[in-house]
Parts: sequence; structure tokens; C-alpha cells
Amino acid sequence: MSIRSQMLLAAGAVAGVLALAPASAQDAVKIGLILPMTGGQASTGKQIDNAVKLYMQQNGDTVAGRKIEIILKDDAAVPDNTKRLAQELIVNDKVNFIAGFGVTPAALAAAPLATQGKIPQIVMAAGTSIITERSPYIVRTSFTLAQSSTIIGDWAAKNGIKKVATLTSDYAPGNDALNFFRQNFTAGGGEIVEEVKVPLANPDFAPFLQRMKDSKPDAVFVFVPAGQGGNFMKQYAERGLDKSGIKVIGPGDVMDDDLLNGMGDAALGTVTAHLYSTAHPSAANKEFVAAYKKAFNSRPGFMAVGGYDGIRLIYEALKKTGGKTDGDALIEAMKGMKWESPRGPISIDPETRDIVQNIYIRKVEKVDGELYNVEFATFEAVKDSGKTKK
Amino acid sequence: MTAKADVGYHARQHARWRLSEVAFWVLVLAGALLFPSRYLIMTDILRLGLFALSLDLILGYAGVVSLGHAAFFGVGAYSAGLLALHGIIPEPVLALLAAGLIATGVGFLTSFLVIRGVDLTRLMVTLGIALLLEALAERFSNITGGSDGLQGIEMQPILGLFAFDMFGKVGFFYCLAVLFILFLLARRIVHSPFGLSLRAIRNNPLRAAAIGIPVNRRLIAVYTLSAFYAGIAGALFTQTTALASLDVFAFERSADLMLVLVIGGTGYLYGGLIGAVAFKMLQEVFSTITPQYWQFWIGLVLVVIVLVGRARMHRWALWLPNLVIRQFAGRKAVVVVPERDAS
Amino acid sequence: MTTLFTILFDGVAYGMLLFVLACGLAVTLGLMNFVNLAHGAFAMTGGYVCAVLVNNSGWPFFAALPLAFVSSALIGVVLERSLYRHLYTRSHLDQVLFSIGLTFMSVASVDYIMGSSRIFIKLPSALEGQFDFFGVGIGRYRLMIIVICGLLTVALQLILAKTRFGSRLRAAVDDPRAASGLGINVPQVFAFTFAFGCGLAGLGGALSAEILGLDPYFPLKFMIYFLIVVTVGGSSSITGPFLASLLLGIGDVAGKYYVPKLGPFVIYTIMIVILIWRPNGLFGRAATR
Repeated sequence: MSIRSQMLLAAGAVAGVLALAPASAQDAVKIGLILPMTGGQASTGKQIDNAVKLYMQQNGDTVAGRKIEIILKDDAAVPDNTKRLAQELIVNDKVNFIAGFGVTPAALAAAPLATQGKIPQIVMAAGTSIITERSPYIVRTSFTLAQSSTIIGDWAAKNGIKKVATLTSDYAPGNDALNFFRQNFTAGGGEIVEEVKVPLANPDFAPFLQRMKDSKPDAVFVFVPAGQGGNFMKQYAERGLDKSGIKVIGPGDVMDDDLLNGMGDAALGTVTAHLYSTAHPSAANKEFVAAYKKAFNSRPGFMAVGGYDGIRLIYEALKKTGGKTDGDALIEAMKGMKWESPRGPISIDPETRDIVQNIYIRKVEKVDGELYNVEFATFEAVKDSGKTKK
Repeated sequence: MTAKADVGYHARQHARWRLSEVAFWVLVLAGALLFPSRYLIMTDILRLGLFALSLDLILGYAGVVSLGHAAFFGVGAYSAGLLALHGIIPEPVLALLAAGLIATGVGFLTSFLVIRGVDLTRLMVTLGIALLLEALAERFSNITGGSDGLQGIEMQPILGLFAFDMFGKVGFFYCLAVLFILFLLARRIVHSPFGLSLRAIRNNPLRAAAIGIPVNRRLIAVYTLSAFYAGIAGALFTQTTALASLDVFAFERSADLMLVLVIGGTGYLYGGLIGAVAFKMLQEVFSTITPQYWQFWIGLVLVVIVLVGRARMHRWALWLPNLVIRQFAGRKAVVVVPERDAS
Repeated sequence: MTTLFTILFDGVAYGMLLFVLACGLAVTLGLMNFVNLAHGAFAMTGGYVCAVLVNNSGWPFFAALPLAFVSSALIGVVLERSLYRHLYTRSHLDQVLFSIGLTFMSVASVDYIMGSSRIFIKLPSALEGQFDFFGVGIGRYRLMIIVICGLLTVALQLILAKTRFGSRLRAAVDDPRAASGLGINVPQVFAFTFAFGCGLAGLGGALSAEILGLDPYFPLKFMIYFLIVVTVGGSSSITGPFLASLLLGIGDVAGKYYVPKLGPFVIYTIMIVILIWRPNGLFGRAATR
């Protein structure tokens, strides 16, 4: 017995590793990038990480005389990891920004820390409306589901779709998407015939789709998190919903450019409203897509754009403050900032610190043998209606 | 000396505090004071250590395997979260106890399902219970917040005196105190006649029953106790992070726990604590080096540990301390680690 | 009424798929008494091999399926000879630790090589869509799964019960020492069986990409399902896991259809009730550990 406990001493030695506190130059501006790099949301994290790297390659790693240093951390989309990592980044690494945040709970978990530490928190992915209200230091460069869901709701009501069945993931963004869609769609005279909320981690959509089919709607409104869209479309086609004339509409998450090509022809004709399409016909986007493809050999999706604009926002804010990293000054600098992103013109709403952007209605079409979301209508400078009403 | 007195003598000998045990706790305290910038990860380690201790109680001492220990962790976590969120018991220490007791209740009720069956059945039944609770928490999202977790928990100061701070200092010492008290309790229990009877059951349930140990009642008791410990660990989790989300019930949490305990070794109470230190350190080091592929290296370490053999690993780990001990206490004090694992 | 049949059909297809994925585990766990939690990793390997062959090299889907089987089986036999066989005599906890370690490594490796996005296999158009059979919607792909898996099940049962290899295997399992005394090359039999189980998993992985989706986290996500199949079915025969898979598949699909809010409850409750009622599974031998 006593013998074994000597092992305890060994454990003490291990504790020495704890002392590995990072020591580095004081003059660098540090950005703590917290992303899901492993687990089910890993593709989101990777796209953002890639985009950030790409931007820094293109624009150099020095802004206003200060070097930019990225500290990448993996939170596997688990909120308590996010919180601990954010806390350590702020307390130990003395970061000047925290950025990333793949899912809503992760962004919310870090919000009180941003407030306490007076550190700008740049949300590059998570899309629930309430996030920016949780701290005056949160700025978002991705999107909110209210933006795309209200637009597609209006569009559906005006374009001869009367009965809709909805299939949404059962968590905050899904509920946001559902509520805003329902609100605008029914106001426009539409009817929701069936509402199904599917669990977030869900391997097989078949039974849910069968329910959709049996309720015989004109269209199915779908929101599933980025990454699950492919599975959904596969099974939509397999169940013959495409043949029975039931269309798919929704916010663009389900038609993520990242996965679109793997979905097959079943996706053709799907109409979604979203902030970004790889096929967006602007010079800025063509350049962005070409550079991204060259560097990472895959298409950038809307997550990548969120990351790209997020790091750009940090750069621009630093330029404006002349390299000063005072949290309040940075947030002031970010408010009202406007620029031309690959997705089109965007700005940061000075009131809510949320993004204001164009929302495009797109249809999946085949261009040069590949599937793309081709934009055919634009709603300009859409604010987050989740907040404007309050 | 009669046989009875002899047994009693040996039992008491085993229960005595060793120098190395004292040294361990001194080291823990020293660690706390030496690395004031790492309170958060150390808090994480303490919570995991307590959680592993609770699994050790049933696995190491009673031989009951569980792949769903996160069930009680989760119950404790959500209880503490709800108690704080709705201001039912605002004082953390009382809330901690209450959350622990709720987990104990769940543990007692489910223990009847678990004591039946063989290892594999137990693994799956416990896992099923955890998954079922997770599904419940997801279903009743109006209470639990569903996939978004409980939002807006604000913790009151401990005993009305110590407020939780951003650097995690108060949280750390709070966890350390709770861990130490519960450790003392566990130590007392496993060296009591009750604890000895558990080992008899682990070694051979049939024989234990034959010498008059009420096997099922003892197993229910220790399972319930273990649920209490896990519930406390979960409640500490919520109180120190002000979060509770569905992943408290997750399979990964139970599986990691198993890894932690097996790395540290079962059946001597310190295994969970040491395993927690080793596991978290590995994770921290690897995920700092490669945030994307750290799982590969963790996996490699696990495979190597098994292939090399845990006994040999422990011997290597002891090489340096043994060298030191040899200088002071002579060759006799240096002995090899016996390998005693359940199943 | 027709809906009921469609649901039943989907459930059977899902169950069959689970069976092919999990029966290798039933073999290693039940016959060789080895807890191989890395089983899903072999399934994933098969899926990715098939995907690469079909999508990148332009192989026809049906030609790639056998290769998914072969590649997983090959990897299986290499790992069995080099690593697994040292662990047959070790405690279950060691085996769990080892196989979880392998799983982690496979997850990160595939993530590194193939990326973390979910991928799909391009199917021949003959397998897409659904046709009507007296008003019951029959998915072509699912029908194919049922046919393939049904044939496999029959073949497996015949091999185990009728062939010389089957009786050798059963002998080797019941008493390895006596079996080797009789001149049966026990390690060889085990290696072959292990490889076969892995191959089946690989085939299952390739088949399931369409329905379950294929990404690097496949082995972790579905580990629980495999374990449920094996424990509920009992691991001493293949009839048990087969029926358990069907039960699970139908229960899951019907549960999600009729009570979408309670979906996950259905499976877990079925599992717990069955295990309480029959701790060794539906068809378990009393002595299985």
C-alpha cells in the first residue's frame, strides 16, 4: 500500500508542467481564436481558421506597427471549455481580442468574460440574435438567423407557396429561424402545416422526412446546422420528396457551399436566403474564392467569410486606434465600420454591434458541371430584426 | 494474538496515514500557491479528480463498472444550476449539499437496475441511464434550456464571504476544500468494515455472500454513495463555471472518466486524482501544440500505455521518486507498485 | 396504413445496416471476448475507401463495395497480428483503454487526410429515389441494403453452422487449449475471424455513408449504437444481434415518426428494459462475460 502511494510523488513532478506559462513579446497584439477544431462542428472551425490564415497571408501580420499573434484553441463546441479557454486567454495570455465561437452556447459562455475583462469579443460564426445583447463588447461578423429567415418567409409568401412544413434543429438558432420564418410567412398569408424539431445530434432524417411528406406541403422550410445539410438533402431525394414537387426553402445553412457539390442533383432548384454564395458575382469575391481554393483546395463557405471579415474588422479597428488596444476604444472604432466583403457591402450597426448585410435569394443551379447557389434577388442592408423590434 | 485481533491490527495498519500521502497533499497545496496563473485548469483537474474518486469507489472497491457515471454528474450540475438560477438556495455550500443529495436520490433509485447483471450489462445499463437523462434534459428544454444550456446563472459568494472571481482563485480553493473533505470521508469509509466487505464482494461475490455479507445491500449502498460524490463534482462544475449544458450527461464525459481512472489505477483512492492530473496535462499540452489533431496523440499515449503495460509504466514513473527515497530511507523503502485492478 | 409499411420498411433497412456494422463487434466481443471499441474505425475506413474510389477515381459503386470490405479486413488483420493479439488475455479495462486510444488516433488521422467535412458517395442513378409498391414508398437504396444485408446474414449463419471453419471457430472459442491440442491453429482462426468482422464493418461503413453520413467522428458517434446492438442481442450467436438490430432500427424510426419529441427515449428505454429483463441479452448464454 505505502509503496503504491509513492507514485503520488511522481504526480507532483508532473505538476511542474503547469509552470509552462507562455512568455512572449509584450508589443504583439494577441488574438485568442477559440473554435471547434474537433468534434461534430470541426468543419466550421476549420473554415474560419483557414480564412483567418488567408487574410493574414494576404495582408501581412503587422498592423499600425504592431505584430498580430493568433493563439488558436480548440473548444470542441463545448461551452465550459470555451469559458475556461477564454478565461485563460484573458488572464494568462493577456489577449487583446477573443474571437471565433462556433456555436451559440459557446459565444454566450464567453460573454461575461468579455464584459469583465473589457475585451472585444468577435463572433465569427454563431447566429442567434441575443448574443450581441449579452455584452457591450461583442461584435458579430457572421449573421443572424432572423436576417435570412424573415426574408425567405416574405419571399415564400409572395411566390405562391401556401403551405409549409418546417424541420428545424432544436436549439436556439433553430428556434430563431423557425420563429422569424413563421412570423413573416403567416403575416404574408401562408400556413404552417407541420412543425418538427429534430434533436441537434441526429443521424437519420428519414422518419422526420416521412412526416413532412405525409403532411403534403408546397415546401419544406429547413434549418439544420452547417454540416448536416448534405445528409438532409440526400434523404430528401431518397424519399422522393423532390419528385412529389415539395420544394426546399430555408436560410442558406442547409445549402452550405462547402457541401453543396456532394449533394447531387437533388439539390437543384432549392431556394434559400443567405448572406453569401461562392458564386457571388463580385471582383472581391472572385479574388477571395480563388485565393482560398488555391491555399486550401476547397470552396469557402459562409463560415469562412465570417472569419475573413472578423479578422479584417480587427485589423481595421487597430488601424483606426493607431495600434492602441483599449477595449472601449476598439469597440468604438468598430461601430459603424463599413467595407466591401466577399459577400457584398457590409457594416457594423453602431447601435447593436451586429452585422448589417445584404441578404440574397439564391437558387441552386449547375454551372460548369458544379452546383452553385446562384443569386437572383438582393435585399440590401438587412439589419437583425431580432433586435430592431425591441 | 487471536485471529480477530490480528485482522483488526492489519486493518488499522492499512488505515494509517503514510508519509507519502501527507506529501501528496502538501504538493497539491504547493502547486496551488506556485502557479497562481493556472487556477482554472487546476480547478478542472480537481473536479475531474473528485469525479474519478466517485467512480473509484464503485469500480475499484466494489468492482462495479459504469459507463454512465456522467448521469449523476449531470444531475448534480443541473440541480446546482437550477437552485442558483431560481434563487431557491442561493448559498453555494448549501446548494452543493442539496445537489449532492438529489444525485444521491437518483443514484439510489437506479442502483436497483445496476446491481443486476454482469460487467457488460452494467456498462450498458449505466450508459443507457445517462443517455436517457440527457434525452430528458433535452426534451424538457423549458426547464433545462435544452441544447443551449442553462443561461444566466449567477453565483452568490460562498458562505456570504468569498465571491467567485475571474481568476478562479476562490473557485479553486473551494473545490480543493470540498475535495479534501470528501477524500477524508472516502478514506474513512474504505478502511471501515463496510469498505473491507466491499473488497470481499469485489474479489468474489459468491464467497462474500457465503460468509454472511449482504451483497446486494452493500452494492446499493456504495453505488448510492458514489452517486453522491459524482453529484457533488457536477455541482462544483456548475458553481465554478456558472454553466450547465447538455454535455454534462455526455457519453464522452463518462468515457473520459474511465480513461482517467484506468490511467491512474483503481482501488487506492489516489488513482483518480493522479489520473486526472496526468490526463488533463496531456490534453493541455497536446491541444496547445496542435489544437486540431491533439486526439491523435492522446490516442497514441493510451495505446502505448496499454502495450507497455500499466505496471511497468508505474514503475518508470516511480523511478525518480524511488531514487530520492533510496538516498534517505535506504534500499528497503523502495518497492514496486502492485497492480490491482478490477475486472 | 401504407405509411405504417413505409416506416416498417425504413426501420428494417436501418436495422439491417446496423447489423452489418455491428456484427463484427458481436464476433470479437462474443466469440473472442475482446472489447473492441475501435470497431467503428474499421467501418469508417471502409466508407472512406469506397468514397475515394467512387468520387475521385471514378470506380463504379458496386465495384468499390468489395474493396471497402477487403481494405478494412486487411487493416484488421495487420492490426490483429501486430497489436490486438497481445491483448486477448488482458483485462477488459486494458482493452477498452487500448481500443479507445486507437479510435482517437483514427479520428484524428482521417481528419488530417480527408478533412473534417462530411462526405458522400456518388451513387449510380439506379439506386436513387423511391418507387411505389401498392402505395408503399420503397426507397431503392434501402431496398438494396436489405437485400445485401439479408444475403450476408444467411451466409454468415451458414458459415458458422455448416462449414469446417465455423466448427473450428466455435471449438477455438469454447476451449482454445483443447482446440489447439486437436490441431486447430487457434491464432490463425482468430485472426481470420477478426479480419472478417472488420471487413464486414468496412462494408457496412461504405453502405451507411448515404444514410448516416460519413465524417471523421463516425467511430465515436456510433460506438454507442454498436454496443447497444451487441448487448441487447447477446453476443453468443449472430441471431441475437440480428434481431436486436431490427428491433432497434424499427423502434428508432417508428419512435421518431410517431413521437418525434421523444425520439431518443424509445431506443434507450427498450435497451434498459431488455437488459433488466434478460441481463445477458435476448439470446445470451448465461456464462458470457
